[in-house]
Amino acid sequence: MMQPVSAQPRGWFELVRTHLLKDLRIEWRSREAIQSMLFFALLVVVLFSMAFDPTAAASREIAGGVLCVATLFASVSALNQAWTREIRHEVLDALRLTPADRSAIFVAKVLANFFFVTVVQILLGPVFFIFYNLRPLGNGWLLLAVIPLGTWALVANGTFFAALSIRSRNRELLLPLILFPIFLPALLAMVLAVKTVLTGDGSDPHLLWLKMLAGYDIIFMTVSLLLFDTVLQAE
Amino acid sequence: MKRLLLLLAFAGVVALMAWGFNQAIFVAPTEATMGDVQRIFYYHVPNAMLSFLFFAISFVASILFLAWKNSAPERAQAADAWALASAEVGVVFCSVVLITGPLWARPVWGIWWTWDARLTTTLILWLIYVSYLLLRRFAEGAQMQTLAAVLSIFGALDVPIVYMANRWWRTQHPAPVFGGGPDSGIKDPTMLAAFGWNVLAWAAWGLMLLAFRVHVERRQQRIRHHQTVAALAGK
Repeated sequence: MMQPVSAQPRGWFELVRTHLLKDLRIEWRSREAIQSMLFFALLVVVLFSMAFDPTAAASREIAGGVLCVATLFASVSALNQAWTREIRHEVLDALRLTPADRSAIFVAKVLANFFFVTVVQILLGPVFFIFYNLRPLGNGWLLLAVIPLGTWALVANGTFFAALSIRSRNRELLLPLILFPIFLPALLAMVLAVKTVLTGDGSDPHLLWLKMLAGYDIIFMTVSLLLFDTVLQAE
Repeated sequence: MKRLLLLLAFAGVVALMAWGFNQAIFVAPTEATMGDVQRIFYYHVPNAMLSFLFFAISFVASILFLAWKNSAPERAQAADAWALASAEVGVVFCSVVLITGPLWARPVWGIWWTWDARLTTTLILWLIYVSYLLLRRFAEGAQMQTLAAVLSIFGALDVPIVYMANRWWRTQHPAPVFGGGPDSGIKDPTMLAAFGWNVLAWAAWGLMLLAFRVHVERRQQRIRHHQTVAALAGK
């Protein structure tokens, strides 16, 4: 049922909440994004462990990379879905017509996708540690900062570029082609930070990679917010 | 008359290239430790400098396109032509850098490639601009120009981050020849002359290519414009 539309202009946070709840409700009903991501990431983890057949020592070295790449590949499918859903029934056009602040739409989408990817990581994490026989030798709690920051970098850029590539032909193909090169520095920082934690080799005493990841997040989130309206209104 | 001038300019550039070749291969003395393979330097470094110049032009032109998009559409179209043309020429120059680099590294370092600061930065830069050119193929019309300009800004932001990341990480590339410390700079005047001539020759060649490409793109824009007008008029 349609709810009565109030004429009162809404606050920015209320807009974000409305969009976010809508996305979460759609996902709760279909579970498309999380299921497909989860299975895909699981496949990548299995594929890598078969392709490399790692020993315990070697797996500490490569596990960070495998986890990041598995997340990366898996989230592309969900990110493609994020805006495709809005195309059905011309929701995207309706959103563009609303007088509300566009950045609220973007932030809500990023939050929703961040939540989906995080759920996948939480479910996949134990499997990952079992398959690769991992036991962090460094400060394991740092992973709680590294992984969300890296995921944020991926999801914020991915949501932005998904909105960008939705207007092209072959949009499903285009997203990874433009997202991966831009995401490379964050991937590098994330992989090296995870590796430092897992191997505990003390090669990064000043948490340089964590700081770089945070800086990357701030820079790219700012630019995305500034340019999102341009992308949404690109005609 | 105009045609004659163009032909003379073309001949001048080719003569300059031949002179630069002569300087690099026959005039400049053989380097003491590396031998003849060092002569690649006269091609590698000018091409690298110029590819950065062209990517910078593309970045500035993209910003100008976004700034003028609504206020001055005709100027924005010119800016878009510059952005596209300089990205294309930049990718060509960058490819030369990426090919000549390993050719030099194999005899001198003993390896074709290493994941070092400048090598990684250059490769990522190349990847970003190839994805930029792909985006321009995948999307169409005015919205494609906007999306491409946005991507170009993201790409330009990425480069300093990658560069700093790799400086912290590990580096194998020779220290900067100019401005790299008290010992930097080319000491032999004949070598410096050969280097200077080659920078000049490649700059003339690149700028000529750029000018031609911009000219062609402007004509194509006009053709597309006429086709659109004709289609709207129902002819």
